[in-house]
Amino acid sequence: MSTTEEHANEVPAEIADKKETTPETKKESAIGYVILFFFVGLIASLIVGWIIFPRLLYSQKSQPFDFNHAVHLDLVDEGCQSCHYFREDGSFSGVPKLAQCIDCHEEVNGEDPNEEIFVTEYVWKEREVPWLIYSKQPDCVFFSHVAHVSEDSLYDGKDCVTCHGYHGESETLRPYQYNRITNISRDIWGHNIAGFARNSWDRAKMDDCAKCHAEARDAASRRNLKAPTTRFITNIIDVAFPGTRPAGKGSSVQTERGACFECHK
Amino acid sequence: MNIGRRSFLSFLIGGAAGTALSPLPWKLTDDISIWSQNWPWTPVPATGEVTYANTTCTLCPGGCGISVRKIDERCVKIEGTPGHPVNDGGVCPLGSSGLQVLYGPARIKTPLKRVGERGQGRWMAISWEDALAQTADKLTELREGGQPQSVACLSGRTYGTMPSLLQRFMAAYGSPNFMTVPSMRDSYALTFAAMNGQTAMAGFDTENTDFVLSFGSGIIDGWGSPVRMFRANSAWQGGRGKVVQAEPRLSNTAAKSDIWAPIRPGTDAALALGMAHVIILEKRYRSDFVSNYTTGFDAFKTMVMAGYSPEKVAQITGVEKNTIVSLARSFARASRPLAICGRGRGEVPGSMNEFMAVHALNALVGVINRPGGVWALPEPGYIQWSGPDLDAVAIAGGRRQRLDGAGSSNPAASLPNRFFTTVAAGEDYPIEAMFISGANPDFDFLNNQRVAEAMAKIPFVVSFSSLMDDTARNADLILPDHVYLERYEDVPAPMGFQRPIIGLCRPAVTPQFNTMHTGDVIIQLAQTLGGTLADAFPWDNYEVCLQDTLGDQWDTLVEEGYAMDEGFSPAPWADMFGSRKFDFTAAGIRNGFVPVPIAGDDITYPLVLMPYDSMRVASGAIGNTPFMTKTVDENVLLHGMAFVQINPVTAGSLGLRQGDKAELTTPAGKAEVRTDLFEGIMPGVIAMPRGMGRTPYDKKLMKHGVSTNPLVSSVEDPISGLEAAWGVRAKLSKA
Repeated sequence: MSTTEEHANEVPAEIADKKETTPETKKESAIGYVILFFFVGLIASLIVGWIIFPRLLYSQKSQPFDFNHAVHLDLVDEGCQSCHYFREDGSFSGVPKLAQCIDCHEEVNGEDPNEEIFVTEYVWKEREVPWLIYSKQPDCVFFSHVAHVSEDSLYDGKDCVTCHGYHGESETLRPYQYNRITNISRDIWGHNIAGFARNSWDRAKMDDCAKCHAEARDAASRRNLKAPTTRFITNIIDVAFPGTRPAGKGSSVQTERGACFECHK
Repeated sequence: MNIGRRSFLSFLIGGAAGTALSPLPWKLTDDISIWSQNWPWTPVPATGEVTYANTTCTLCPGGCGISVRKIDERCVKIEGTPGHPVNDGGVCPLGSSGLQVLYGPARIKTPLKRVGERGQGRWMAISWEDALAQTADKLTELREGGQPQSVACLSGRTYGTMPSLLQRFMAAYGSPNFMTVPSMRDSYALTFAAMNGQTAMAGFDTENTDFVLSFGSGIIDGWGSPVRMFRANSAWQGGRGKVVQAEPRLSNTAAKSDIWAPIRPGTDAALALGMAHVIILEKRYRSDFVSNYTTGFDAFKTMVMAGYSPEKVAQITGVEKNTIVSLARSFARASRPLAICGRGRGEVPGSMNEFMAVHALNALVGVINRPGGVWALPEPGYIQWSGPDLDAVAIAGGRRQRLDGAGSSNPAASLPNRFFTTVAAGEDYPIEAMFISGANPDFDFLNNQRVAEAMAKIPFVVSFSSLMDDTARNADLILPDHVYLERYEDVPAPMGFQRPIIGLCRPAVTPQFNTMHTGDVIIQLAQTLGGTLADAFPWDNYEVCLQDTLGDQWDTLVEEGYAMDEGFSPAPWADMFGSRKFDFTAAGIRNGFVPVPIAGDDITYPLVLMPYDSMRVASGAIGNTPFMTKTVDENVLLHGMAFVQINPVTAGSLGLRQGDKAELTTPAGKAEVRTDLFEGIMPGVIAMPRGMGRTPYDKKLMKHGVSTNPLVSSVEDPISGLEAAWGVRAKLSKA
């Protein structure tokens, strides 16, 4: 006890000494430095966080060879689904397999060196093209295309553009950027490092799914509640006896409620 | 300038504030969570088109229909085929883990020629042209030297085009030494031949039985067609029947049975005769069958009356007198009773005396060829090849005595156990070349040291194994077959199934490696050898042969996956026993209970070791998959060491406690084991699962436990010559 008490007595004495010996000017410049260094730290970390970090986080690869979606889209009758079709069981075929391309590309048809690479390196050697898929979600994500695009789904048949943008009209394949930590395509988080999205296809994170699902749910519940009096009464019931009213048609086709991930992200 | 501690702290605070205002922490948190939910080293099946390939499993003789779920060209799951008559959607642990056989590391990827010493594991990859040429050269050399009989062949399968092609090759080549691996199927066939008086396979109408009396048969331990038996057992448990299990050990089957009668090992036949005594004494037998369709009943009656009263049988078997009487009564009173035998999985053929005693019980209650009973099925008859024409060499070679002595003085079709003993002893003529397909004798046979001795005397051993099993490892040349998920084959006669059925095994995937169908190898070898051999194999390849052979049934097989004679019903008694009556005095049963003597004296070896079968340990030519090994309990296998089950009383007298290390000694060999104290085993008896302790094969599996096969001395059945050892005397001492 005694030593602690001694220390406790000493410390204020030292501080008192220093205060006495420090001139006013020196004190002011010290505060100036403190403020200066705060901003130095602030600006440096902002530069690191906004500019350097994204450059370090992402790397890029080029596709095995270039592909022109626009040319192919002109040649087919059924739009995207001509090549990216649904199988009989409703599962989505994704990127076409060699077998689909072989009908036209058994031999080199044109002058394009990319086609030559395709035919000689892949078609003739019967190797599938190792395309890098911009929209590939992590393995832990379950997503059913058919539930989202079919006409009778809650989402009134989203078209491909809603999520994939105008990829189908592109004439060239941009470099594939991927996250060094997760190996996931940059398109999932979106190219804006802060996560801001201007278009519905700029990002494909869970929040973006939830946003659309919440809209669908609200739209559905609006459809269910017709007259203002009905809405008034149901609101009273909801407040007085929460949970007793059967849930309205929500955004999940299976449960007719909001999808789990609207809350559990 | 005074940049002090405060400035530095201020810099840090500024930095922290800036970092918080930048996306860095939030983005990193998100990325780390994504990374941790998708470990890059966790294998994830590729996405793609989902298809199912329907085929037939050949990993055991059960003949289950399986549906292989595929993503594009990759098999990802094996399920039972719904609606299949044998297994109706069910699948066993071995069947469901068959993909570990297909994609496992033990696959032999190309023909291999031995370069080091035998068993050393040093191989040279060679082309199929070279492999076939070398085999053909050896065969030509032996044939030109006038020694065609010196080539032997062992097939793991008994029925179907594959064993038939091998047999045809041997016949056309000029060797009598074609053998199949025997099982309880052979014992039943011989029992039927001796008692029913006809060549037939045994089928069991278990779906309609209401009282099952099992003499050690592992109904839910792999007996017959395992999935089918599980279903039957579930139906009985659900109230459709009663199960009585007579067995020295509380096996899974015994544990699930209605009545477990612990019986002294090897005395099952005596119990059957004791029950026959009660049934006859109380006139509970089916007199219409016995009086009209049987012969020798009076002699049988005299024999059981004189020697097998419940008192005497109680002394022999250890089963209480009252239990014997009540079991006999309930068995005879049941409307559709059935007595079965074949120990455990039925892989060891067993004692003819026991099979006949049990079959006599079925005859007494009149369930032969009746609903719920045991049926005599015709052997598969769809293979109708003509010939083969034999040249002078083939005729001369074929006339030589078989080295296993089967067929002539002995009723059994093949006796590979005796073959290996003869070859090891160097008796009669030498064997210069041996072909092994679908069998693993270096591991599977009891007392397999003999097999090793025999193999050492055979200069040219060819294995057709797809996997580096014990036998392949000791071979000189490996001509790897496709595994069952890559090949065509007919799979007739599932073990114990009561209707004629053929399953079609067909490729679910294209061959993954440079392997060749053994059928194609045989056809190509025959065509290379030329002459009558080439004439005997006119097919372009095995698939053509299979289609030609199956004829009209091919389309059904392709469409349905199996072809079954739906309307089959067993021959009525009048047809079956009209001219040749059921014989109660067949040679194996005439003299009553004849125990099978096991090796060892009871002073040096005070205990009895019984190998047992488990659904979690594969004991056939195909070994345990990693998945199955994971299902094995830690009181069966722990840190690579096997446990012996021992009664606490016996363990106490030996000073052994749970988990102690001990040395197990039998007249045949020694092993390091640990003890598992188990009250469900008779005092004086110890038990270990069959099928563990394979030596080569697969790094992840092997050296797991101890194989019982080298520990158990082989015992020939005095009537059939088939393997009849049910155990061996043993000694256990604290290590």
